[in-house]
Amino acid sequence: MKAYDLIVIGGGLVGGAIAWGAARQGASVALLDEGDVAYRAARGNFGLVWVQSKGAGMPPYAHWSRRSSEVWPQLAAALLQATELDVALRQPGGLHFCLNDAELEARAEMIQRMHNESGGSGTRMVGRAEMKAMVPAIGDGVVGASYCPIDGHANPLKLLRALHAALLKLGGAYLPGRTVDAIAGGEGGGFTLQAGAERFACAKLVIAAGLGSRKLAPMVGLDMPVTPLRGQIIVTERMRPFLDYATHVVRQTDEGSVLLGDSQEDVGFDNGTTVPVMQDIAARNLVMFPGLKDANIVRVWGALRVMTPDGYPIYEQSRTHPGAFAATCHSGVTLAGAHALELAPAILAGALPSGFDVFSSRRFHVQAA
Amino acid sequence: MFRRLEDARADISFSFEGREVTARPGDSVAAALLAAGLRSFRATPVSGAPRAPWCMMGACFDCLVEIDGVASRQACMTQVAPGMRVRRQRGAKALESDPAAETAA
Ligand SMILES: Cc1cc2nc3c(=O)[nH]c(=O)nc-3n(C[C@H](O)[C@H](O)[C@H](O)COP(=O)(O)OP(=O)(O)OC[C@H]3O[C@@H](n4cnc5c(N)ncnc54)[C@H](O)[C@@H]3O)c2cc1C
Ligand code: FES
Repeated sequence: MKAYDLIVIGGGLVGGAIAWGAARQGASVALLDEGDVAYRAARGNFGLVWVQSKGAGMPPYAHWSRRSSEVWPQLAAALLQATELDVALRQPGGLHFCLNDAELEARAEMIQRMHNESGGSGTRMVGRAEMKAMVPAIGDGVVGASYCPIDGHANPLKLLRALHAALLKLGGAYLPGRTVDAIAGGEGGGFTLQAGAERFACAKLVIAAGLGSRKLAPMVGLDMPVTPLRGQIIVTERMRPFLDYATHVVRQTDEGSVLLGDSQEDVGFDNGTTVPVMQDIAARNLVMFPGLKDANIVRVWGALRVMTPDGYPIYEQSRTHPGAFAATCHSGVTLAGAHALELAPAILAGALPSGFDVFSSRRFHVQAA
Repeated sequence: MFRRLEDARADISFSFEGREVTARPGDSVAAALLAAGLRSFRATPVSGAPRAPWCMMGACFDCLVEIDGVASRQACMTQVAPGMRVRRQRGAKALESDPAAETAA
């Protein structure tokens, strides 16, 4: 049976970032991943490194997201150096568009509230004229926007590939087709994992299996009550550059393709696509960018977000099985920088970063006192 | 490069980059242009490399041209009509309202 310092279960963006981050510290690491039957948010997401609205109501999450945006350039540079893969990080700032005065007012209030709770991220409201100067192609139906200077975007598929490739370069193991069925041990003597007929041993363990985490967590005294929330995405043919900024609904990639979509549907484990939702996404986006009218659609897909009950991340070390950690969030692209460069070293050292108690799943178990 | 199997009359006239081209009724734009000896239909968005039709059945999108002012149309899926104005697709399509694109055109 092969033994490792650390095994990460789940080769998505959360697991991939932690595994590589730990291998960089010199640990022997294996990343166990399910096969193509898995629901994998890491392969169907929008690619935003998005800070402006993250952590409303939970300042530590707002700070953690900002921190990640801050260290993301280091992540991109390190991956480029290790793998020659450019993950196309761009951080020109991000715009959240408002379609009427009520939306504008609600947005301004939310930004102000976050500022009061969590301090400034530099986010401010921009009126119609300033917004039009920033994005000349914007439609007449958009009345204004909130602008956050530290928002950005990256190519999430290249990110995933680069994390796996960089892990291999450091001598780590990426082992796909290994669905972990059982975990034993953890009473100070490390863990044994069963994946089909194979067994693996490790001193420390991270469960970052996305929607698969729910089943695995109780095996080591953790709780990860995640549920799916579907998003559908439309991709157009490549267009000449017209949008450098990140936005919550439209993103133009470095190669010119345009991604559209911000749908949220609670439909269980169904990652299909539906015409009414696609029509809705297209109609909304035509208000924002009327010039997309003749753009050819070349791909559409649905993917399942990994949602906790309150939408905030779960990071926790098991009390009954020390050395076993839970890590899940619904913004694995945004948080990849912090996961790789700050969370992974902390886990290897045996404790979560200070102040992380708030991310424990105990918040879902408040007893009626 | 390509030669027609039979010599039926080519009596439809359309234009490619302003030059007159003749086609036979039922020809796709791609077939007519290949028969007329054209080799480069478009320049790719990323590297600008020249491309020509490949699958001739709507799957590969390598045959994109601009037809009557509409960019990124599949030449292999569009039947020639008299008077059609066809141009090369140069790089990516511009947003409909893109002022920069209008001056470039
Ligand atoms: C439509 C959509 C849009 C999104 N947009 C953004 C965005 O713009 N910005 C952003 O930051 N985030 C975005 N996200 C979220 C982001 O994609 C996820 O946070 C990210 O993929 C990380 O998820 P994960 O690693 O937890 O899970 P996943 O990517 O789902 O990976 C989990 C992995 O665990 C494996 N697994 C499951 N069970 C087992 C098991 N028993 N044994 C072994 N392996 C197992 C699976 O094979 C899978 O590979 C979006 C998500 C969706 C769906
Ligand atoms: S030649 Fe392949 S789509 Fe036209």
